[in-house]
Amino acid sequence: MRARIPVENQDTLAALRGFLKRLLETEAVEAVLVPMETPAGAVTPALVADPALLDAADPLAPVLGLNAARVVGPVTVREPRGRVAAVLRPCEYRALVELVKLQQASLEDLVTVVVDCPGTYTVPDYQKMRANGGVDRAALLAGMRTGDLAPQSGYSFRDACGMCENFAAVAGDIRVELFGADLSAGIPVVLPDDLAGHLGLEAAPEDGRRAEVVDKVTRSRVQARDAVFAEIRGRLEKEGVEGVFAACVRCHNCMTVCPICYCKTCLFKSPVMEHEPMQYMAWARRKGAYRLPADTMLFHLTRLNHMVLSCIGCGLCTDACPADLPVGRVFRAVGQQLQAVFDYVPGRSVEEPLPLITFREDEWSHVGEER
Amino acid sequence: MSDNGFEPKIVAFLCNWCTYTGADLAGTSRIQYPPNVRIIRLMCSGSVDPTYVLKALLDGADGVLIGGCHPGDCHYQSGNYKARRRVIALKEILKQAGMEEDRVWLRWISASEGQRFADTVTQMVQYLKEKGPNPMKREWAV
Repeated sequence: MRARIPVENQDTLAALRGFLKRLLETEAVEAVLVPMETPAGAVTPALVADPALLDAADPLAPVLGLNAARVVGPVTVREPRGRVAAVLRPCEYRALVELVKLQQASLEDLVTVVVDCPGTYTVPDYQKMRANGGVDRAALLAGMRTGDLAPQSGYSFRDACGMCENFAAVAGDIRVELFGADLSAGIPVVLPDDLAGHLGLEAAPEDGRRAEVVDKVTRSRVQARDAVFAEIRGRLEKEGVEGVFAACVRCHNCMTVCPICYCKTCLFKSPVMEHEPMQYMAWARRKGAYRLPADTMLFHLTRLNHMVLSCIGCGLCTDACPADLPVGRVFRAVGQQLQAVFDYVPGRSVEEPLPLITFREDEWSHVGEER
Repeated sequence: MSDNGFEPKIVAFLCNWCTYTGADLAGTSRIQYPPNVRIIRLMCSGSVDPTYVLKALLDGADGVLIGGCHPGDCHYQSGNYKARRRVIALKEILKQAGMEEDRVWLRWISASEGQRFADTVTQMVQYLKEKGPNPMKREWAV
């Protein structure tokens, strides 16, 4: 049902903290996994068991340094486990759905709280803002009300956020709907009836502006996204993957921050990729020269094959790249085409099987039969 | 490009139960086919990780042939159906990445189809001769 979290003194953040505290105090859950501000001023997810500490919870901090789905996994993946509420951005929720399907996380005993997202800044930008006059959250919330979203002057949103068309909370057990809302009248929230009853929230009418505002932001983001896709596809066609990723230093940062790349021992960090000295000599002689570290394009092409169908577009790979390569742009552009081939939308539903572990006998029946 | 002495190198990943046995039958039946193919036997086409195919292509193989059992005949029930999806994904990714996806062939060849194995290799060699060498042969910076 749809309800409103009461807001006092126009303080949206305090109202959200109060809501999370209620979840703990009424024992709806045993802990809340939420972005917290550390005493040093950084923002990091934490599993909070003491409601008093939720005064440092900052679910609206417009910064994304890691995809929280990565940390929901270990907290939920096997029994026994606690009953936890996880506060997530839409891209984090989608990554969680994929991780559940990859058997790296579980939705059992978990209450997902998905919050509408205006866009986020990189960690360095966020720290810079804090040091130089602060982060203007009021402007962001005002932008979410009207749909005129702009980053703080002198900064830009993370590359992935600028072209993100899935910024609205459309799934999850609890959805916090900030778009189009007059927050002084309370924060619109959609949650299961029994939980609303448990928390003492009453049904509230739907705010008519949300759909219109989400639509407006979607249109501008899709336009930005399509321009990026056209640019990156043009480059791939002209330069190939070896041109676009030419400056790669094989640090594996993109893989490390990727919420979908879960393998404990990646092939590319395994002894499979360690060769005898004379093997390198053989390769060098065969081509005349051999790029080292070896297999750099193999790394990117393999990663595309292994995870692009599940790429939910958080773009942390781009932010993590020391060579400023458009990793996330390539993955989103290639992902869109490939996801269309398999009619698959990553992060949409745990009911949709991963395309590469399922099949239909009667599909592509001409493939392999060519004479 | 016509046949000007270029002999393509094909790396073939063949499943133990059907296509490898089919290749064996081509041999024991003394069916002639071009010697351009280097065969790697796997237990199932479903165990062909795209990485194997990519490694071969990036290191300059002119073609990669993946051979498995016909749909419905997989020794492990569904390995070939999964291989089919994986190859479709791989070829689409190669296309998107600006690489030549037509160097990768997937063929279902049963243990009794020695002639089909020989025909497939003959066809593939002819196709690759017309197409020319894999540009990755000279590409050291990958």
